[in-house]
This record gives sequence, C-alpha cells and structure tokens, in this order.
Amino acid sequence: MSRNLLELTDIHVSYGRAEVLHGISLAMRPGSIVTVIGANGAGKTTLLNAVMGVIPSTGAILYDGVPVPRSVEARVAAGLCLVPEKRELFSSMTVEDNIELGGFLRSASERGETREELYARFPRLAERRKQLAGTLSGGERQMLALARALMSRPRLLLLDEPSLGLAPKIVADILNIVSELRKTGVAILLVEQNARAALEIADEGYLVELGEVRRSGPAAELAVDPALMESYLGAHS
Amino acid sequence: MHLDATIATFLIQDGLTNGAVYALLGLAIVLVFSVTRVIFIPQGEFVAYGALTLATLDTGNVPGTPKLLLCFGVAAFLLDLWSWRRDLKVDALVRNVALNLGLPLLIYGAVLYLAPLQLPSVVRVLITVSIIAPMGLYVYRIAYRPLADASVLVLLITSVGVHLAMLGLGLIFFGPEGLRAAPLHDGSFSMGPLLVTAQSVLIYLMTILIMIALYFFFEKTLLGKALRATAVNRLGARLVGVRTQLTGVTAFVLAATIAALSGVLMGPITTIYYDTGFLIGLKGFVAAILGGMGSFPVTAIAAIGVGMVESFASFFASNYKEIIVFGLIVPVLIWLSIGAVHHEEE
Repeated sequence: MSRNLLELTDIHVSYGRAEVLHGISLAMRPGSIVTVIGANGAGKTTLLNAVMGVIPSTGAILYDGVPVPRSVEARVAAGLCLVPEKRELFSSMTVEDNIELGGFLRSASERGETREELYARFPRLAERRKQLAGTLSGGERQMLALARALMSRPRLLLLDEPSLGLAPKIVADILNIVSELRKTGVAILLVEQNARAALEIADEGYLVELGEVRRSGPAAELAVDPALMESYLGAHS
Repeated sequence: MHLDATIATFLIQDGLTNGAVYALLGLAIVLVFSVTRVIFIPQGEFVAYGALTLATLDTGNVPGTPKLLLCFGVAAFLLDLWSWRRDLKVDALVRNVALNLGLPLLIYGAVLYLAPLQLPSVVRVLITVSIIAPMGLYVYRIAYRPLADASVLVLLITSVGVHLAMLGLGLIFFGPEGLRAAPLHDGSFSMGPLLVTAQSVLIYLMTILIMIALYFFFEKTLLGKALRATAVNRLGARLVGVRTQLTGVTAFVLAATIAALSGVLMGPITTIYYDTGFLIGLKGFVAAILGGMGSFPVTAIAAIGVGMVESFASFFASNYKEIIVFGLIVPVLIWLSIGAVHHEEE
C-alpha cells in the first residue's frame, strides 16, 4: 500500500489574533490531483501558503511520511513548489531567465533537459524567450509561472487559482495542461474558485468554508452533489 | 586665479579619477540595497580598512585587519552556536568551524608569513582584498542576517550602528595617524599639457574591469541572476529555492570586495585616516541616490558627475565643496518623492 504524499493534520493559521484556518486535515496520494474549492476568503490560499511555509502554521504537515522541512527554500529542495495567485514572476527579467531560475536548485544538465521539455510543452514561451516577463499577457504569465515551477522538478505542485483573471478559452487551456501534468507523475494540490472545472480534472475534492473542511470525497461525487451544485457550481448551468 | 584650459583639464582629470572610485562605491551600494534592502553605510569603513591595510603592508608590517577579521569570525561562530542551541548537527558545525574560524586563521597565518617579505605591489593588493572581502561575510552574519525580515528603517539604524562600531574598531586597530599607500605603479606620462599618472590610469582600467565583471556576473551566471531575481521579487525568489541568506552573503562579500578595491585605488592618491572612508562612501551614496537606488548605469554616470562637481567646486568655492556635492541630492529627492506619490495613486 502506497503511503500518502502529503498529509495535513489539524492545520491552524492565524493572522495576528484572528484565526483563519481552524484545523484543516487533508491527505493526498502520490501523483493525484486534489482540489480545494470554496468561496472567496474561505482560507484556500492561506492553506497553500501554510503548506509551502510562506506563512507560519501549527499542526502536522507530513510530506512523504516525514515532517516537512521548515523553510520555504528547503521545501522547494524537497520537491514542493507553489505557483502563487499573484504568480510572483521576475517581471524585469526575460522569460528565459525566469525559467532558468526555476531550476535554481537543480544541476546545469537537469536544467537544460527540463527546459527543452518545457519549451516543447509551452511553445508560446519558447517563442517569447527573449521577452521580459512583465510584457506577457495574463495567460502567458500563468504559463510562465507554471513552467518556472516545473523547472524545479516538483513531486507536489501547489496551484493557487491558475485560472484567475483569464479568458474562458485560456482557462480551458491551462486546466488541460494541469490535467496533462499528472501523466508526468507530479501530484497537484489545486485551489480553484472555478469549482466545476476543478472537480472535472481532480481525483479528490475538499470543500472549505470559513477555514474548515465542510465536505470531502471523490471529485466525481462532489460534482454531482445537489447541495454543492446549488451553492458553488451554479445549478442553473 | 582664473580657470584656464590647463586648470580645467587638470580639474577634469581629478574629477574623473575620483568619480571612477565613486562609481564603484555607488554600484556596491545599489547592489546591497536592491538585494537586501540594507543601506550600506559601513562601506566607508571597508574603504578605509582597505587603504590602511595596503599602506601598512607597504611598510612591511602586519596590519591590524587580520586580527579584526579573526574577532569577527569568532563572533559569527558564537552566534551560529547560539542559534543552533536546540539542534546541533555535526556537518553544520564542521562547516561553521571551517568558515568562521578556519578561514580567518588561514588568512591571519598567511599575512603573518607574507607581510615581511618584499612582495610586488599586485600581491599586496591581493592580500588586502582577501583580508577585507571576508569581513563582508561576517558583518552580514553578525549584524544583518538576524534581521533579514526587518523594515528598511530598522536595517538603516543597524547600518548606522555597524558604521560607528567599525569606525571605533578602525581607530583601535590602525590608530589616529593617516597613512598613504605607495602607488601601485610609479610611472606617469604627459598628454599635451596634462600629466597623467599611472595610478589614475589604473583607477580607470580597474573601474571598467570591475563593471564588466559585474555585468557578466549578473547577466550570465545563475547566482547573479538569483541576486537580480531577489531584487525584483523577494517572494518569487524564495519560491524557486533561492535562500535569502545566500543572496545576502553574496551581495555583502561583493560589496566588501569592491570597497576594499576602492580603498586600494584611493590609498595612493590621498592620505587615508581611520575615519576618511565615511565621506568617500557618502559620495558613492549620492551617486546611488541620483541613480534612484536601483539603476547601475545611471549610478555610474552620476558618480562621474559627482566627481566633476566636487573637483570644480573645490576650485571655485572650496569651502562649500561638500555642501555643493551633497546638495545635488535635494532636487533628486524632490523628483523621486513626486514620483512616489504618483505611484501610490495607481
């Protein structure tokens, strides 16, 4: 029996005196896609930031069966990688440099190899490799953020609202890419407001409301749940 | 005395020579600020240490700086031990001992052995730089690393503290007398009415060389790109695994190296006291501000301008020389503050 890649137990996060996550528990298997859905302000982004170590949290985060290292940088080295909501690209540097820096902790030969794979996967970025990241369109920036993250050869990719602010056509493209990434063996923890689309590509789903897990289960089941449909999926569509 | 062509060319040469050194110092300030948000006020002390170390080596004596380096190393070692008091790992400890105690001891031993030998000036310069550059590492470890997440203001106050501490240490280790290093090369040649010393040519060449080296470092190496990335987006840099400590240490060692080289270049053209560095460093700071604390090329050009203004001001109004130079900042600050208001409205 294979053990869980990521196991969160009773995660609490506070901003000052206000607690925003009240004990979240979550488990995911290697190579699976798990999505966390919920309304704005439910604490989804906070959860991803806590897993990455960008913000402090209490509770247990087991990665591959052992407690995750403390610093963000050590977590990257261990195979976690966050694509944040705001992308956090190096806007005054070229696409090429952004991608190369994604592999900062990898050897030169690994970097070269992964880079060629990524340019094949994202031909758009290959075309624009000499362009400054700040001049890219929204969809291209998201692709670059994804590519930069993949350069670190993560085993667990944390995606925060990859579809935010993008046109529907591009959202479909991005989510296609995400579900294709699964074939490379990387596990994905996907935070999305676009619950319907997220549940379509995910194996498991967690519904988070006001900092607590309200529902969880196989994504296919959640997607047809009448109550959930009503409040998050838009029953009329 | 009127300004005639001969005097003007002399002033221009003087301004250019000083401006070249200010350019190096300005670049180091921009480098440190953009990567760590630290305003590198103690830079002047590194300059003075560099010049005084070289001047002492010229006389065949052992300068005080290797001993000071050892003190810094011991302090860094103790701080590391304290920060690991809860979980001490053997491999980290070995690395720590090698870096904080082994390296300064090695340098100290080498200086003790090499100083009395009559070595060529290039070797003396190399010894000087290898004493001063690691100080950047320890100063970062001791004063700034524990404050990596502090505000710019806290870091500025820390810088003032480090500056005052290093000033005092300079007085202890070098004494109050000024020293002048021997020129790295004695020659000179005339160009029309102008007598060009080999030292000033050396300054120009060295400045250009360091700038080219910095360009390659930032454009072509992964570590250099990581430093730029940290300057552009600190969170983004951490998310790709660039440790704040690594970029911080690199920036400080580079800045200390540049400051030491500036001291080496300045040492033979002016008498340096333990407290002379501060004023020289401030000129570099003026250039860095004129460059908006962010632009390397603008800083370099502004530094030449600062050198020129200073040189001509010392001819026309020597009493007001410093006031005129530092007055250059005011219009720029007004301009930048207008820009800042605009930025907040967005």
